[in-house]
Amino acid sequence: MISDNSVIVVGGGHNGLVCAAYLAKAGRKVTVLEAGEQVGGLAATREFAPGFRASCAHLLYLLDAEISRELGLQSHGLEMASDGLRTIALAEDGQNLVIGSDNLDGAGLGDEDRAAWREYRRFMSKFAAVIGGLHNQVPPRIRQERGDLVALGKLALKIRMLGRDDMREFLRIAGINIYDVLQENFENPLLKGALSLDAVLGANSGPRSNNSVFTALHRMSGTGGHGTGAVALPIGGLGSVAEALAAAARQAGAEIRTGAAVERILTDGDRVGGVRLAGGEELAAATVVSNADPKTTILDLLGARHVEAGFAQRIVNFRARGNAAKLHLALDGLPEFRGVSAEQAGDRMVIAPTMEYVERAFNHSKYGEYSAQPVAEIIIPTVRDPGLAPAGKHVLSAVVQYAPRNLKQGWPEGKTAFTEVVMGLLARYAPAIREQTLAAELLTPEDIEREFRSAGGHWHHGELSLDQFLMLRPVPKAAQYRMPVEGLFLCGAGTHPGGGVMGSAGRNAARAVLAN
Amino acid sequence: MAFNRPDSNRRDHFTDAVFPSPFHARQNAHNQMRVWSRWSDYLSVPAYWCAEMEYFAGRNTCGVFDLTPMVKHRISGPDALPYMQRLMTRDVSKIKPGRVGYSVWCDDNGQVIDDGTIFHLEEGVYRICSQEHQIDWFLTNRLGFDVTVTEETHDVASLALQGPTSCAVLKDMGLGGIEQLTPFGMAWFDFEGTRLMVSRNGYTGDLGYELWIDPEHAEALWDRLFDAGEVRGIRAMGSDALDMLRIEAGFILAGQDFLPAMEAVRAGHTRSPFELGLAWLVHFDKGVFNGRAALLEEKEKGSRYRLVKLDIDGNKPARDSFVFTKDEKYAGTVTSAMWSPSAKASIALASLEMPHGEPGEELLVEIYYRRELKWNRVMAPARVVKDVFWDPPRRRQTPPADF
Repeated sequence: MISDNSVIVVGGGHNGLVCAAYLAKAGRKVTVLEAGEQVGGLAATREFAPGFRASCAHLLYLLDAEISRELGLQSHGLEMASDGLRTIALAEDGQNLVIGSDNLDGAGLGDEDRAAWREYRRFMSKFAAVIGGLHNQVPPRIRQERGDLVALGKLALKIRMLGRDDMREFLRIAGINIYDVLQENFENPLLKGALSLDAVLGANSGPRSNNSVFTALHRMSGTGGHGTGAVALPIGGLGSVAEALAAAARQAGAEIRTGAAVERILTDGDRVGGVRLAGGEELAAATVVSNADPKTTILDLLGARHVEAGFAQRIVNFRARGNAAKLHLALDGLPEFRGVSAEQAGDRMVIAPTMEYVERAFNHSKYGEYSAQPVAEIIIPTVRDPGLAPAGKHVLSAVVQYAPRNLKQGWPEGKTAFTEVVMGLLARYAPAIREQTLAAELLTPEDIEREFRSAGGHWHHGELSLDQFLMLRPVPKAAQYRMPVEGLFLCGAGTHPGGGVMGSAGRNAARAVLAN
Repeated sequence: MAFNRPDSNRRDHFTDAVFPSPFHARQNAHNQMRVWSRWSDYLSVPAYWCAEMEYFAGRNTCGVFDLTPMVKHRISGPDALPYMQRLMTRDVSKIKPGRVGYSVWCDDNGQVIDDGTIFHLEEGVYRICSQEHQIDWFLTNRLGFDVTVTEETHDVASLALQGPTSCAVLKDMGLGGIEQLTPFGMAWFDFEGTRLMVSRNGYTGDLGYELWIDPEHAEALWDRLFDAGEVRGIRAMGSDALDMLRIEAGFILAGQDFLPAMEAVRAGHTRSPFELGLAWLVHFDKGVFNGRAALLEEKEKGSRYRLVKLDIDGNKPARDSFVFTKDEKYAGTVTSAMWSPSAKASIALASLEMPHGEPGEELLVEIYYRRELKWNRVMAPARVVKDVFWDPPRRRQTPPADF
């Protein structure tokens, strides 16, 4: 007889660990099964070349302050190397812009753009807070029940409380594209390019795609307590967040097994019965919480036959096409980007010279090609966190777009060529980069899919957009973490409130499990 | 008339407005009215010479109805049974090889998409016949199953032979042992170098069979049937007569007695199996199936509608009528109605709002009718009845009496 108390968490990504920690704190007997050799999934800090380490997700935008406090992550060793990185918009000639939270700096900036920046920050922060306010709740369902109606009413009220003009503006722009909004507000092409990148990072969209304003708002919606849209860098990479969460979960009583790949979620009549590991070991549990993405969970681990056909089809239709690659370089020394001071090298650098450039980069991916002129978000974490590389050496970590999951020529063939394109791009801004490079690793969406078991190789387990948010994430009738099979739950980025190392999905899922 | 020959593999079928049935030449010879209608992809005959007389052939001798336009699908492969179990509301494992079963299938909301018959042709191979095209839904259902799903409407010619002399006609045609076939059974016979499949089922609530053969042998089958049946009153029967026969038998028709869920635009216009009086087709103990969660909830919370049979005073068919309570409060609408020659009563199927429709409930049916071009209205008293209007013992007898 299975104890009703037992919970298996499939996957030790950050959300799985958050969920495990809360469930263990509530007295559940929790076992986390992680396929990899270390916890953290896409947030794990891995050695990509001897002595050089980086985490796939490399910046912390959204980690929830409440979760951080409740699980005592600081006491478990989480420390920030910086909690307010600026953005350096790179120009090929070194006439860069420095974008801080309150001010802009750089050649060619007019007073109008400076004023517009303050206004843009004001309304975007205000709107992002509306979205952020939804993060820590199990999404309401659209039905005539009191709790749901109250939650929907609160959302409506929050939008109304923006005030008449801001509410009108929120409703006007929330679903549209960032290109139009930036065009309305700013003059400087480099500034617009850099800001438009925030709206499309990790997304299968360009600045002119609808929903890109929403993606930008989501990125700014963190409740981390460092100010709206603050970008933080943990010491030891994002893997430190995962390690601290794992420590918190263990302290609460959860068992964490690595190298334990779940091959199948087992059913017992109408309900979930446990899991089977690769190798055949079976573990029984009354509750299984999957940190894997919705497609992997339902179609591969559970099997589509165990759910109704309409539901399976909705899962199939969940949009999850990864379009971002990740580059890690082991460098002999600190690279010199034109116009970037040694102090600025520790900030966040972006290559997105104009919005049109970003849009053109995206165009290729629509036809199964990688960008001829990619865009990139670059950090050199070793400037502030030297421990990630041997003494005197450096790590460059970059998100590079666009690299569609389904490359026409296939990734095994395309990878070398695309790496060459990316190195060529970097060399235009940091001419000595090739000579400094000791080793390079490029993770394509296909690599991400394989290594991190994320269908489609999408960081967020699925596109973050209005049609896949709140009670629509991942799909209607499954947006409350509970799956149609009794005892099966989702807790990953494929559920509300989505990706970014936030932890809210994990905690909300734990609530749903406990309320069941 | 020149027609292209339909082919299941063709993907340009839409270039033809409509196909002739493989029986077309024979139908044409019988079709004194020269009226054709469209049924699904095919030309069909509403009435060959007189719908009422064709109906009487179905009740007193036997009628031949061309079933070819019925949409047919084939499900095969190692996972055929689990696939069927997830697709259908009923426990398909109870339909053994060589047996036929009636079933409905639902969407995730527990609303009926269509109804039809399942033929378990051989271990792990099923034919599903349906009123509506279902290939899209059936293909969608494949995900996660090792099955092959195809539409075979154009690859199989079929006739329904219904009525009290049907068994004797088949015997005279040379189908030895046909009288031993039990209701919902299937049997195979050699027929002029091909295989003829005969199943004992139908849509008339009477003794009857369905005959299945490859299209090349369609005309030969028709000819042999009519040769053998001449002395037993065999008649070609059109869809108008069949509709009368099925209403007497209490059988529902998609698009008439319920709106197929895939065609519905508005919530509340579809029906669940419970709301169609088909609770006997819902088996919750067989694991997951489409609509299960919604139907469990409905079972607990109650249904919205009930499909009932009405026995109505007078002789005016209650077509398209509203149904009221005795104190003239709205209770529902009639979905199918007729004057029943066999029951000698005005009968109807009606969809009533719950809690109406308990057997014995007295209601009023608002009937508009015209007499010598003058419109009249009557509020005819009606009763909800439990039993179907036509259910002769010969329907179930094996061997059937020799008429």
